[in-house]
Amino acid sequence: MSTPQPPMPQAAPDWQAAPGSPYPTYTSPIPVVRTHLGHAIASEWTKIKSVRSTMWTLGVFVLLVLGLGLLTGAVVASSDTVVDGESPLALGFFGLLLGSICLITLGVLTTASEYGTGMVRTTMTACPSRGRVLAAKAIVFFLVAFVVTLVSATLVGLMHVTMLEGSGAGEPTGSEWLKGTVGVSLYVALLGMLSLAIGSIIRHSAGAITIMIGALLAPLVIALFMFSESLRDVQQALFEYSIPNQMSVFYANSLSDSGPSGWDPLWIMLGVTAVAFAGAFALLEKRDV
Amino acid sequence: MIEAVGLTKRYGDKTAVHNLSFQVRPGAVTGFLGPNGSGKSTTMRMILGLDNPTAGSVTIGGHPYRKLPNAPRQVGALLDAKAVHGGRSARNHLLSLAQLSGIPARRVDEVLGVVGLQDVAKRRSKGFSLGMGQRLGIAAALLGDPQVLLFDEPVNGLDPEGIHWVRNLMKTLAAEGRTVFVSSHLMSEMALTADHLIVIGRGQLLADMSVTDFISANSADFARVRTPDTEPQLREKLTSALTEAGGHVLPEQDGALRVTGLALPRISDIAHDTDVRLWELSPHQASLEEAYMRMTQGAVDYRSTDDQKAGLQQPLPPGAQPPMPVPGQGQPGWYAPPPPQQGGQPFAAPQGAPGQAPAGPYGAPAAPGALPGGQPANPYAAQQPPRAQPVQQPSPAPVTDPTESEDAR
Repeated sequence: MSTPQPPMPQAAPDWQAAPGSPYPTYTSPIPVVRTHLGHAIASEWTKIKSVRSTMWTLGVFVLLVLGLGLLTGAVVASSDTVVDGESPLALGFFGLLLGSICLITLGVLTTASEYGTGMVRTTMTACPSRGRVLAAKAIVFFLVAFVVTLVSATLVGLMHVTMLEGSGAGEPTGSEWLKGTVGVSLYVALLGMLSLAIGSIIRHSAGAITIMIGALLAPLVIALFMFSESLRDVQQALFEYSIPNQMSVFYANSLSDSGPSGWDPLWIMLGVTAVAFAGAFALLEKRDV
Repeated sequence: MIEAVGLTKRYGDKTAVHNLSFQVRPGAVTGFLGPNGSGKSTTMRMILGLDNPTAGSVTIGGHPYRKLPNAPRQVGALLDAKAVHGGRSARNHLLSLAQLSGIPARRVDEVLGVVGLQDVAKRRSKGFSLGMGQRLGIAAALLGDPQVLLFDEPVNGLDPEGIHWVRNLMKTLAAEGRTVFVSSHLMSEMALTADHLIVIGRGQLLADMSVTDFISANSADFARVRTPDTEPQLREKLTSALTEAGGHVLPEQDGALRVTGLALPRISDIAHDTDVRLWELSPHQASLEEAYMRMTQGAVDYRSTDDQKAGLQQPLPPGAQPPMPVPGQGQPGWYAPPPPQQGGQPFAAPQGAPGQAPAGPYGAPAAPGALPGGQPANPYAAQQPPRAQPVQQPSPAPVTDPTESEDAR
């Protein structure tokens, strides 16, 4: 409260005590600061941690990843299946595939729930730089999603390596560790970011979640029923570029030998998310809130 | 200072706001009035940069809202009390808004105290009543200690204490030199709070003037004269004498006379000269609500009608006549008479007067509709264009609860 305030003795805003002589324009005793993205990020961090849906979706995510990881690990370890040379990290795939639905939900809710509750009008009044709000949401969500996924994936990986020790499974290399933890976490967090952008475009939670789950599962399901020979190429492409297959690339057990490999899925997802964000930013600036 | 120039908003082929130009000056409470759906909220949203105008522009302190640096520190707004995420506690909601504009967290607790929500600060706002939600919205508007404040229907759902508080709050804020812009569809509320009025109907400007100008421009003072009921000839005698003296006399339903164009002492002198005894000679002024209703008469989008209850009613007994509408009612320039004074008034008119059903959007006669001068509310102000009603229609209970007009919505 360093700004000089002649009519008011104390620093606290004193508007309740009506001054005897009305003065033409009012100046607040609270210093006005120039706002930037940092303020918006602090605000979004408060928002994301103060609603229960965040705890629920992330809680279910961790449960699914760890629980399914434990289950598959136990089944594989007790069975006589020869897992010669296979990386034990690959077993983490199932948990993460189902868990990504939770992150999709959280991503959509981060943006779309503001439209559902009307909160967005309050937010956009408090910060007329709409792009800044969306950027802050994206940054906060990405960090939360990435950290949570990375921790879960690493835990599951360590669990599987320990459980399958001595059963003939190969020892994962350094690059396998990197792809199976950081790589797949980046991919899943980006998938959540895509959901966040779609939530901002659709502005309706249920609609956006449906679209994203459809995008996750539909290509595989559709491809399953493409029996016709003439559609062979389409079926192949749907299989290879479906999100589950892209995820499995990080564990080097793709459904096919062609299609994306290595770190390709990450670049694909990055491109798609960037396009979705460009659309979300453009629409946000243009549309009425 | 808020300045709108040629503001227009169209949704498809529906024009919500049409060519609206006005200024809202600092240091005064400016009321923004209009019937439901007249474009008040749309205008407010355009001021705040939430909606883009189809044409025209609106600026605050010379800048469009979205170009203001740290806007919440300059403009505070209560748009919609329910525009919060119900799952978040009141404090966290305000904290997130405070962080967005670099306001210290201390200020959050301060405004929570100001609006009286400190005890429920940790509770999720989903469980808040309408009034509590409204207080939370006001807290959010005050958070940045701004120079310009916009309130959209701030007294909605508040209890009498809250209404009183909001009124004083707005006056205090204006007295500090801030610009206070308050929308309402209750003229009676504005009469108590606003210094200046901007009235719109169907998205167009109907009036932009001070409250006192508004009243004098839209209403006429009149005197009510009552001669002894027992001697009807006196009434006719006085009527002709008054007309001769240049007065305009309208008979009222209960036998009284409504006189315009003559001062009260003059009426008394004429009565004395013509040897007519008077049982009543009282000054009256049409309420703000009436003036407002007359102004927006043609611009009401959602008009209620009386519930005739025809399907429930026995046929009229033979010989019974529905009461005739009062002559002059509904004509331009006609003002409904204020009701008889309560208490010890020997000529109390029947309360079940036609058209009194409190059904309209302004239906509940606004008891706080008294002018600052202290005149009682006028239940007749609730009248929509009159229609004859069957005798049996139960007369609605006269509304006297001052809170009802606000809560009934």
